Amino acid sequence: MKAPRVTDTTLRDGSHAMRHQFTVEQVRAIVKALDDAGVPVIEVTHGDGLAGSSIQYGFSGTSEMDLIEEARKVTTRAKIFALLLPGIGTRKELKEAIERGIQGVRIATQCTEADISEQHFGMAKEMGLEAVGFLMMAHMVPPEKLVEQGLLMEQYGADCVYVVDSAGAMLPNDAAARVKALKSNLKCQVGYHAHNNLGLAVGNTLAALDAGADQIDGTLRGLGAGAGNAPTELLVAALDKLGLNPGIDVFKLLDAAEFVVAPMMPFQPMPDRDAIAIGYAGVYSTFLLHAKRLGEQYGVDPLDILVELGRRKAVAGQEDWILDVTLDLANAQKETAT
Amino acid sequence: MSQNGHNDKVKAAIIGSGNIGSDLMFKLLKQPGHIELVMLAGIDPESEGLKRAASLGLEATHHGIDAVLENPDIKLVFDATSAHAHVRHAKALKEAGRIAIDLTPAARGPYVVPPVNLGEHLDEDNVNLITCGGQATIPLINAVNRVQPVAYAEMVSTIASLSAGPGTRQNIDEFTFTTSRGMEVIGGAQRGKAIIILNPADPPIMMRNTIYVLLEGADADEDAITASVEHMVTEVQDYVPGYMLKNPPVFDQRDTPNGKKILVTMLLEVTGAGDWLPTYAGNLDIMTASALRVGELFAQHLLEKESSGVSA
Repeated sequence: MKAPRVTDTTLRDGSHAMRHQFTVEQVRAIVKALDDAGVPVIEVTHGDGLAGSSIQYGFSGTSEMDLIEEARKVTTRAKIFALLLPGIGTRKELKEAIERGIQGVRIATQCTEADISEQHFGMAKEMGLEAVGFLMMAHMVPPEKLVEQGLLMEQYGADCVYVVDSAGAMLPNDAAARVKALKSNLKCQVGYHAHNNLGLAVGNTLAALDAGADQIDGTLRGLGAGAGNAPTELLVAALDKLGLNPGIDVFKLLDAAEFVVAPMMPFQPMPDRDAIAIGYAGVYSTFLLHAKRLGEQYGVDPLDILVELGRRKAVAGQEDWILDVTLDLANAQKETAT
Repeated sequence: MSQNGHNDKVKAAIIGSGNIGSDLMFKLLKQPGHIELVMLAGIDPESEGLKRAASLGLEATHHGIDAVLENPDIKLVFDATSAHAHVRHAKALKEAGRIAIDLTPAARGPYVVPPVNLGEHLDEDNVNLITCGGQATIPLINAVNRVQPVAYAEMVSTIASLSAGPGTRQNIDEFTFTTSRGMEVIGGAQRGKAIIILNPADPPIMMRNTIYVLLEGADADEDAITASVEHMVTEVQDYVPGYMLKNPPVFDQRDTPNGKKILVTMLLEVTGAGDWLPTYAGNLDIMTASALRVGELFAQHLLEKESSGVSA
């Protein structure tokens, strides 16, 4: 095994838990701490990627472009990346993000729909950016299918393709099998992005490393959608003990998590009842807070909403189906009651 | 030359032998109205669509737009290719004096959404049908805007992966740009935003659209808005029978960057007619159904102009 590249996405995946309300001051503090600890890549974007600010996903408190610009101003050695989901964001926002200072972009699609990302990889490579492919909800398909989709992204110019467990639904062998399949069939690098809904974010990431992953993701304190992500500080401590530390200061990262990020957090994401249901039912982690809010508003158990969304095979970005399912369940409850 | 009554139809061609072109072909053969479809033009000689067209007695050619231009009898041309190709086609068709009904998001001509502004552009030589998501959602945004000004409209279109062809996939940004612009220009929203999601579930899902509208003003006449929306739904159902609101409009409050606003949410499902494409492809059906409606009105208008002696 070799030391992986670590990407911290507190300022992107963490944006979900913050309800997309990160401020310029918070971004400055977090980027400074990560940069100082030696984390090489920092992702800054609305939780649902560029142009995610919307009714569907939640409006940003501060424009992501302003946050990106601030991050780039503060960083001394870490690279600033953004996330883009084709269908939500377009090349227009990608271009603006490049002008504001991003050095790389991660381009995310549902794991079966890689062919909607060709335009965006094309622009990123043309403009000299590092481009990383993100195959979301990767638990939904077997490794062979993931290979086919990964090859498309590689062909479009991806420097790395990630197995993304958006639902936090994988077990360690699921993570390893997918990473291994991509590693044996792709020439580019392979990455792994975990969610902690089944309490396995760190374990799955280590299994992915063992299977050959070149890049891994974390967020400070695990701040992220659903039960959150693999905590960056915990990952780096584990890497250090494995003799695979890529040059990150463990104690500085512990301080960043404890003294910079923890005080900002509205709550500590953890695998509680509803978050476990997300991992168990295999639905998109960001559905959690929407299901809780709508469940409360319409008197429906969020767990029932999440399980039904899993049954309907909702995919990344389909937050509007949560209202739909909630109304159906509320109507069914009314009928039973009368 | 049409005084003798033999020419009570306008000759038309479809360019593009893919899913949309094929479905439109079946619709035009089933309900020809004042249109006589004579040609399906593609560019791939091996195309299944061209083989089907030939077996149905149409002229099926792989010479694309050139074949259309060579036949001076063809007055009306439906373009079901891609945004990129239509930019070139639009110019050639205009020079040749043909009327183009554009089913791509190229948007060379004015936008048309049948129940909103169909009658306004009958003398243009190129009209654009925006996108499938635009055809589905703009009527309802317009229905709200008729009652109370719409500050912001957002649509999320979820379609079955199997119903999204290579044109949509390779030009997904154009879908977003053209749809959001259409929501503003025809829907009446001060600002429009479009999101498209492909869902690979098997069996495939029906086309779903969620429309979010933020209203101007602190109060809403909920009954009047609901009535206007429901009326619009029946107008669209005239030509897209599978167009259905899953619930009455939902009224709510939402914090936005411009303060607290009234939010109206509409959940729409479109089941296709199944003329050629399967019923889950409501996204493609609404496009071809709109094209059929627009084409028929242009054909009638052309025939009226001819019979009244005005040169077309």
